[in-house]
Amino acid sequence: MNAMTLEQILFYTISGLVLFFAFMVIVCRRIFRSAIYLLFSLLGIAALYFMMDVEFIAAIQIIVYVGGIVVLIIFSIFLTHQVGEKMPKKLIKRIVPALILSLAGFLLTIDMLAHHNFNTGINPEKFNPTVENIGHQLLDYKNYGYVLPFEIISFLLLAALIGSIVIAIRPKQQQAKN
Amino acid sequence: MAMNLSILVLILPFLTFVGLAFFGKRLSGITAGIIGSISTGIISLIAAFIAFNYWVMSDGKSTMILFNFPWLTFNEHLAINMGLLLDSLSIMMVAVVTFVSFMVHLYSIEYLKGEERYGSYFAYLSLFTFSMLGLVLSVNIFQIYVFWELVGVSSFLLIGFYYQRPSAVAAAKKAFIVTRFADLGFLVGILILSFEAKTLDIPMLIERLSSPDTLTSGNIKMHMVGGLSVISIAMFLIFIGGAGKSAMFPLHIWLPDAMEGPTPVSALIHAATMVVAGVYLVARLFPVYFVLTPEVLHIISWVGIISALLAALIACTQTDIKRVLAYSTISQIGYMMFSLGITAYSHGETLGYTASLFHLFTHAFFKALLFLAAGVIIHAVHSNEVAQMGGLRKSLPTTHIAFLLATLAISGIPPLSGFFSKEAILTATHHANPVIFWLAVIGSSLTTFYMFRLYYLIFWNKPAEHHRHHEHALFSIPLIILTLGTLLNGFIPFGQFISVGLEKVQISFELGMAAVPVGGSLLAILLATLWYAKSTSYPDKFVSLLKNFYRWTYRKFYFDELYQFVTHKIIFNLIGRPIAWFDRNIVDGTMNAMAWGSMYFSQAIKRIQSGNVQSYTMYFLGGVIILLSILLYAYGYNLIN
Amino acid sequence: MLHILILSTALFFIGIYGFFTRRNLITMLISIELILNSVNINFVAFNKYLYPQQLEGIFFNIFIIAIAAAEVSLAIAIIINLYRKFNTIDIEDTNTMKH
Repeated sequence: MNAMTLEQILFYTISGLVLFFAFMVIVCRRIFRSAIYLLFSLLGIAALYFMMDVEFIAAIQIIVYVGGIVVLIIFSIFLTHQVGEKMPKKLIKRIVPALILSLAGFLLTIDMLAHHNFNTGINPEKFNPTVENIGHQLLDYKNYGYVLPFEIISFLLLAALIGSIVIAIRPKQQQAKN
Repeated sequence: MAMNLSILVLILPFLTFVGLAFFGKRLSGITAGIIGSISTGIISLIAAFIAFNYWVMSDGKSTMILFNFPWLTFNEHLAINMGLLLDSLSIMMVAVVTFVSFMVHLYSIEYLKGEERYGSYFAYLSLFTFSMLGLVLSVNIFQIYVFWELVGVSSFLLIGFYYQRPSAVAAAKKAFIVTRFADLGFLVGILILSFEAKTLDIPMLIERLSSPDTLTSGNIKMHMVGGLSVISIAMFLIFIGGAGKSAMFPLHIWLPDAMEGPTPVSALIHAATMVVAGVYLVARLFPVYFVLTPEVLHIISWVGIISALLAALIACTQTDIKRVLAYSTISQIGYMMFSLGITAYSHGETLGYTASLFHLFTHAFFKALLFLAAGVIIHAVHSNEVAQMGGLRKSLPTTHIAFLLATLAISGIPPLSGFFSKEAILTATHHANPVIFWLAVIGSSLTTFYMFRLYYLIFWNKPAEHHRHHEHALFSIPLIILTLGTLLNGFIPFGQFISVGLEKVQISFELGMAAVPVGGSLLAILLATLWYAKSTSYPDKFVSLLKNFYRWTYRKFYFDELYQFVTHKIIFNLIGRPIAWFDRNIVDGTMNAMAWGSMYFSQAIKRIQSGNVQSYTMYFLGGVIILLSILLYAYGYNLIN
Repeated sequence: MLHILILSTALFFIGIYGFFTRRNLITMLISIELILNSVNINFVAFNKYLYPQQLEGIFFNIFIIAIAAAEVSLAIAIIINLYRKFNTIDIEDTNTMKH
């Protein structure tokens, strides 16, 4: 047996878990369980980030994605009264083309990837994603700085906030009736 | 400068037509008639002025082409022009047409008073005047064809003027269809002729085809088809078109039925002007006929004389006054035609041409006079049938004198104009072809007989009425003017004005020879007086003698029935029905199948638009994958690197 | 690095398959989250192995997370609105834009 480093074993385990949980997300028939499987899957991905030395991103992933988005999804599940029931079975006539398409796409992409020689290994030491470096580069407005998208993102978050309130607000007449 | 006024001759009637067509309904009373008459009167004066200028002030020989502009350009080599051609023939025709039209306009003001569609009537009359003038002033054959068709349309509109009567509608249809059928030949003839001569322009055509060195120099290659030269075929086809419009045998069937139109219309169109369009056509292209295709002229002469005799025979037995006059017209045009034709027999003498046009000129006057007088009679008696008339000589005095003088003219009694023109024709014929000459003399006597029969049946035959019908001034004045023309026209030295090749022709008559037809006519008058001046039984006895022959002539030799048989039984059944079946089942069937097919197909595809987001995304992804795979496997993986 | 890319590809297509086959609007939303995450992994992997001197992959990662958050909140708002109208969040019943 070839000696695999611990790193590799760990990587394959976590990947397997991620994929397994992702698969369970789409197969499960109870909606709440589906959301929970998503949560685990995202945690797995955060673990992957840790392995890839980008701790900052992992932290953000856990805080925002897991703690924010999945919670939001669970809230909406509750709001639409869907918690315990089993969802109806999927239609065969929908599954078959979807399966074919997804498999085709997957194979195509793998094919492309396999034939491409990525030239890796140029100075792996230069990768230094500390929070300080991230901050410097992100908010730099000269070479390769991304301060403009940063501002726009904050703008976008504001717009999303207002927008979701506007969309989801109950009209006043109904409120009086209810 | 005076010649440029000629464009007014065309513009004025056209404007009158457009104006009356749009506003005629709103004009009250006889305003429309007055407008039409003023317009026609003006152009009549202009025509007289132009004629004066041409023959008195200048030499009367030149040919002027005015306003020749390209109307329809196909490419730089082929264009159809429109223009005005002024020479002796066209100026004479313009004078005749405008003058007779003016008389008819004046007459119609009173004749159609109270008619609901008064404005439309005068609009159509102006349209007709415009078309006829355009026809005679045309500078190329295609323009003649255009105006030819316009004249046909005006005739159709005017014959079917009383469209609530089914007989009028049928008559208008018949006239249009028969002339249209003849025009098919005309068009083919035009195309062949212009192809051979490489031009549509009449003066150029004549020059190219009939100049003395044409036959010898070989400038025009004479293509031969089946032993006949192509140009002969073309000229014959053109004559067919003319024969249709001029009601020559066997295309004469439409003219008697065309009498369904109002009487002034019959006077203008079917006596004096439109029906002579065929004669005009042959006269216009006469040099080509004379020089290159004399055999067609032979055919023309025989067609003319047959029509003349046939119509004269039929006219002897008809009882409707307008039909008698219609057959008389056919007969007289036959005279004009064969007079043109016999120049081919006459070894180079062209008296026939001048005689024919002289007869056209005089015939316009006395035939219009006859029709207008008939109109007054019909108006007084309220019927067309001769049986209702009789003994009217004291009730309608002006009409009586006018009718009598016109009848004497048509019979060729001196010194009326008809004598001079008929004598010219008969003289030319005598020199050319004796057979046709004797047939023409017989025809002339028959003409006299049936015209006097008609005269006596209207004005004598029964005891005279003493109650005077009112003859309105607008009826009498045109009658009087036309009578004056009939009396005096004979003394115009016509040969000084119009002749082929512009050498003056002397119209004269030899006393000895003139005695024959005049003698025949006097005998016919005597016979008619004996039989018809008082109501006698001689006619009936004669009829019972010739039972079958009488029946044949009374039924117009059954021509209408023959035509009806051919078209209904043969053409409709053998050609019309199969084509209709084909159209209904196969052509429509294809269209229906295509429509049904696309509907079916669209129903099938309709399900793609399901409103389902997931389906849309699937199609999207599928498309992307297919495109990518095609690109990759077509170009190899070098696309990425 | 290839292994990470295979992982992310697999995750991507699992997400797409889930998007196609799920009937519930919220589960479709969850599948979309999977897709976005796979893209995130891709970015970080490329950044780390191919262009280590620039940190743009990380920036894009941050942006994508932020945008995903915004998008989910809006999607939930729309779903709630849709639920009020049709009283169901089954996608088969919301096809009023059908032919």
